[in-house]
Amino acid sequence: MNEERFDAIIVGGGLAGSTAAYVLAREGLEVLLIERGNYAGSKNMTGGRLYAHSLEKIIPNFAAEAPVERRVVRERISMMTQNDAITMDYHSPRLAETGSDSYVVLRGKFDRWLFDKAEEAGAIATAGIKADQLIVENNRVTGVICGGEEMKADVVILADGANSLLAEKAGLRKRVQPSQVAVGVKETYGLPAKVIEDRFGLSSDEGAAWLFAGSPSNGLVGGGFLYTNKESLSLGLVLGLQHIGESSKTIEDMMVDFANHAEIAPFIKDGKLLERSGHIVPEAGLSMVSTLYGDGFLICGDAAGFCLNIGYMVRGMDLAITSGELAAKTVLEAKEKGDFSSASLQSYKRMLDQSFILKDLSVYKNFPAFMENPRIFKQYPAMLSNIMADLFVIDGTPAVPLRKKAMKHLKAVGLMNLAKDGLKGVKSV
Amino acid sequence: MRVTIEEKLAVNKYFVDEGNAHIEIDPSYSDMKEKMKLVNACPAGLYKLNEEGTLFFDYAGCLECGTCRVLCLGTIVKKWEFPESTKGVEFRYG
Ligand SMILES: Cc1cc2nc3c(=O)[nH]c(=O)nc-3n(C[C@H](O)[C@H](O)[C@H](O)COP(=O)(O)OP(=O)(O)OC[C@H]3O[C@@H](n4cnc5c(N)ncnc54)[C@H](O)[C@@H]3O)c2cc1C
Ligand code: SF4
Repeated sequence: MNEERFDAIIVGGGLAGSTAAYVLAREGLEVLLIERGNYAGSKNMTGGRLYAHSLEKIIPNFAAEAPVERRVVRERISMMTQNDAITMDYHSPRLAETGSDSYVVLRGKFDRWLFDKAEEAGAIATAGIKADQLIVENNRVTGVICGGEEMKADVVILADGANSLLAEKAGLRKRVQPSQVAVGVKETYGLPAKVIEDRFGLSSDEGAAWLFAGSPSNGLVGGGFLYTNKESLSLGLVLGLQHIGESSKTIEDMMVDFANHAEIAPFIKDGKLLERSGHIVPEAGLSMVSTLYGDGFLICGDAAGFCLNIGYMVRGMDLAITSGELAAKTVLEAKEKGDFSSASLQSYKRMLDQSFILKDLSVYKNFPAFMENPRIFKQYPAMLSNIMADLFVIDGTPAVPLRKKAMKHLKAVGLMNLAKDGLKGVKSV
Repeated sequence: MRVTIEEKLAVNKYFVDEGNAHIEIDPSYSDMKEKMKLVNACPAGLYKLNEEGTLFFDYAGCLECGTCRVLCLGTIVKKWEFPESTKGVEFRYG
C-alpha cells in the first residue's frame, strides 16, 4: 500500500478551515484542505461584518490585500414597528482604528482569497470535492472518504460549518435542534459606489452596519440587517427557528415587508437584485458547544457552535478564524509530541478557554434565553414608537405632561415586566 | 408589482443535478403544523401547499441552507444531503 498520508486533513474551505490550513502549512506540515463548492465561498453566506482582530494576528494588515468591501465607521440600530422606526446612529473614527476595525465582506470573494493564501503557504487546497464520510478505526478518526476514495491523516479538522453532516453521521455530535439555530436570508442589491456613499453619509471605502429589531422578525426572535459593500448592499433577516411554524408570515413575506419598509426602501431604491442567499446561524451560544475534540479529530468554527448572536451584533467569523488558528496550534503541539489522541488534543480546549472565544461565549451565556422573551420583539418597539409619537406629533389637542404620557405606554407593557426584563437584560450582558 | 420568489431565485447561479435530488420529502405526511414550519422557513420558498393542503417541493432552487433539515428531518424530510461535488447553488457574492 502506498497511499499518501497527510499530517492533517481539513474539511471545509470556509474561514475556520482555510485559517487552520494556512497556519499549519506555514509551519511546513502536509495539509489537505477539502472544499465541496467549486471555489471556496461558493456555498457560504454571511450578514456582512468581520471583526478584524482575529485575522489581523495571523496575517497582519490583511485588509490591505484581501478583498474586503468597506471598513465600518457608522453603526446604526433601529427599533421598528410596521410603519415607524427609531434609529440610533453612531459615527466614529474609533470604530476604524487598527485592532478594533471591522469590515463588511462578501464570502464569494473573501473565502476564495483566504483559501488561496492557504494554498500559497503550501497546503494542498482542493475545491469541488465533498467529503462524504469520516473514516473511524478503533474509535479513532483516521481520515475521510471522498467519492469512494480514502484519504488518511494523523488528524482531521472538521471545519464544515453549521451543517456539519460528517460529525453527526459519525456520532461525534448530536443533531442541532431548532431552538439552537436561526435561518438567515439575504438579498444583495447592486448600486453604484457613489450612490451608496451619498445615501449612507460615507466617504469612499467607508462602510455602515445597520441592525433592526421589532417588526422585521414578525414577533420571532431575530431581526434585520443592512450592510454596505463596495457596489452593493446586503439586506437580510435572521429568524429563530423555534416558533417559525406558528408565524403569521412566511420568511419571504417578512423579507418583502422589510425591504418595502419606509425606513429601508429609499436606501435600496433602484438597486438591482444580484443574489438571493440563505444559511443557518448557530445562536444558542455556550449551551450548544459540545464535543470539540477526540481521538484523531478537532472541530472548529460554526461546526463547533462558535457563534455569538447578541441582538445588536452577530459574531461568527472572528470566532471561526481564531478557533481554526487554535486547532492548528493544537495540531502543531501534537505533532511535536507525536500523539494525536484525545488526551493530547485536549490542549485545544485549554487554548479556547484562554481565548476570547469561550470567554465571550461565557459572558453572554444567558443572553439567548433572555432573547426568548416575546416582549422584546413585539411590545417594546411599539412602546417606544408610541412614546416617540407623543414627543413629536403635535395635532393641536391640549398638552398632557410628558411623564403622564410616557407612563401610559409603560403601563401598557406592565411596570413589573419592564423592571424584570430590565434586570434580566442587564444580568445577561 | 411584487417580484416573485421564483424571479428572485432566477438571478442565482445553479448547477442543478438533474434527476438526482439531494433532498427528498414525504408529501403524504399529514401534520399541518409540521408542514407550516417548512412553508414559513425555507428561504427559497421551495415548500408550497396547494389548496387541498398537499405539500409540494422542488429541490432545484435550494440554497443548501440546512433549515428544512434542522426543522423536519425524520418527519417530512426523508433525505437531506449536500448535492454531489460541484453541483448545486454557487454564490457569487455570498
Ligand atoms: C445571515 C447571517 C448573518 C451573519 N452575520 C454575521 C456577521 O455579520 N458577522 C459575523 O462575524 N458572523 C456572521 N454570521 C456568522 C458567520 O457567517 C459564520 O459564523 C461563519 O461563516 C462560520 O465560518 P465557518 O468557517 O465555521 O463555516 P462556513 O463558513 O459555513 O464554512 C464551512 C465550509 O465547509 C464546506 N463543507 C461543508 N461540508 C463539507 C464536506 N462534507 N466536504 C467538503 N466541504 C464541506 C462548506 O462548503 C463551507 O465552505 C452570519 C451568519 C448568517 C447566516
Ligand atoms: S436547505 Fe434551505 S433552501 Fe434548501 S430546501 Fe431546505 S430550507 Fe429550502
